[in-house]
Amino acid sequence: MKEKSIKFILFICAFVSIFFLLGITITLFTESLPIFREVNLLDFLFGKNWYPTYCPPDLGILPLIVGTLVVTLGTMIVAVPLGLGAAIYISEVAPHRIKEILKPAIELLASIPSVIYGLFGMVFLAPIVQKVFNIPIGLNAFTASIILGIMALPTVASIAEDAISSVPRSLREASFALGATRWETITQAVVPAASSGIIASIILGLGRAIGETMTVLMVAGGAAQIPGSIFEPVRTMTATIAAEMGEAPMGSRHYQALFAIALVLFFITLGFNLLADIIAHRKKV
Amino acid sequence: MLNVMKHRSASVKKFILILTIFILIASSAFAFKWPWSKDKEENNLSITGSTTVLPIAQKAAEVYMNQNSDVNISIRGGGSGVGIAALIDGTVEIADASRPIKDKEIESAKEKDVNPYTNIVARDGIAVVVHPSNSIDKISIDQIKGIYTGEINNWKQLGGKSEEIVVISRDNSSGTYAVFNKLTLDGAKVRQDAVTVASNNAAAQTVSQTPGAIGYIGLGYLSERVKALKVNGVKPTNATVNSGDYTLARPLFMYTDGKPEGLAKKFIDFIMSSEGQKIVEELGFVPVN
Repeated sequence: MKEKSIKFILFICAFVSIFFLLGITITLFTESLPIFREVNLLDFLFGKNWYPTYCPPDLGILPLIVGTLVVTLGTMIVAVPLGLGAAIYISEVAPHRIKEILKPAIELLASIPSVIYGLFGMVFLAPIVQKVFNIPIGLNAFTASIILGIMALPTVASIAEDAISSVPRSLREASFALGATRWETITQAVVPAASSGIIASIILGLGRAIGETMTVLMVAGGAAQIPGSIFEPVRTMTATIAAEMGEAPMGSRHYQALFAIALVLFFITLGFNLLADIIAHRKKV
Repeated sequence: MLNVMKHRSASVKKFILILTIFILIASSAFAFKWPWSKDKEENNLSITGSTTVLPIAQKAAEVYMNQNSDVNISIRGGGSGVGIAALIDGTVEIADASRPIKDKEIESAKEKDVNPYTNIVARDGIAVVVHPSNSIDKISIDQIKGIYTGEINNWKQLGGKSEEIVVISRDNSSGTYAVFNKLTLDGAKVRQDAVTVASNNAAAQTVSQTPGAIGYIGLGYLSERVKALKVNGVKPTNATVNSGDYTLARPLFMYTDGKPEGLAKKFIDFIMSSEGQKIVEELGFVPVN
């Protein structure tokens, strides 16, 4: 009897998340689909103008998609080398005492609220970027990429570190026995053996970058344009939803369009998570 | 035997732990009182809306609550649209707004049997600001329009030094954006590469650290960090806003459902009193009387 009730309670706990997932998916679809009766899907995805509050509104989200992609790519260029470097150092090179300090420090980086990263980027980093590169404004895709890169670093570093640490000791010893140096062992034996975990860490970091909202809202500059360079301000999908949902009258086209952006974003992140899952499990089977 | 006991007590502990967590979750879902839920008590007042009106409401509430210790006034920002929506939904007694209520909003209010009542509590001038190092000190409405629609790209075209103009605008959920757009752009579209920021403070911050920037902020957010331009020859000051000479100005509203009653009336009366209007002035807005 007791056993059964515990089982039931745990069952409920586990299914709460499925319940919410279903709820979110249904809401996204029901709130956003009506827009596609008014606006052609291709015009929506590939339209170059986002002027949702004008009459008639322009509801093309290509600048927002491009903004998201540019910032995400920039983020990865920052986060992947730093994250992997940190992961390899912590698991392979660092003496025990340094490891004990480094690991929690990197994890602490993940616990800083994103609004604080945003503030840091806006007040501190943006003026420096503006002066160093002699560009008109420091709030741009470049600055956002750096800040987001630091934010995604803990995700990449800690998951990659787990993957590298779980490579069996015998593999390293075998490599050393064959006369390989430490560097050769790391690059040619350990890292390839951990590659599925490392790729999963990169993709999860990517997911973090795509979904981040507050920081890009504050730092990326918010211009709904297709940028000519990484030093121009951009507007991401998440920032658009966050900034505009407050004023969009419920049920209006603008409101539906914002939900449709959320739906597109949902599919993009879902795709990346599935990919991470497939890659992470590929070698275990 | 000992082992079994140990095992037993561990599983009981686990069970109690899980049960506690579950009860906590369940009770918080049912019994938790949301801070914005409507309270029937006369001593509670909730206010939501425009971030421009926010400092007025906040400071006035602070002083008012000091004088009446049994009163609790909770204030949130969110934007004019959010405030009016909350008033229509009946979750707040007062909606702060930096723009007049829209016809659409009145319609949806009528559907829910809410009658938005207009209280003008202060006036606000929108200052057009540039970096302090900029040599320009006056601008016309037409020039502002030229800059914001992309026809004018360089300060040279206005007689300044040759420097690219960085246009700072606000998100389209901002009341300041709506009023600025209406008063200067005449409904024209803001250029695509305009940097948009989320608040008056962010706009002032961005202009202050960007030499080529132009932006617009409420008069209450002016500081020596940025330079306010004369618009059509008139300096933005309390006097010129009140006299109507300065054209980039607007009233600030507190909407209530019907004529204000009870605590909402007392609070709005307090803001309209000479003490309240002094607060308005201290915050850099323009008193109505």
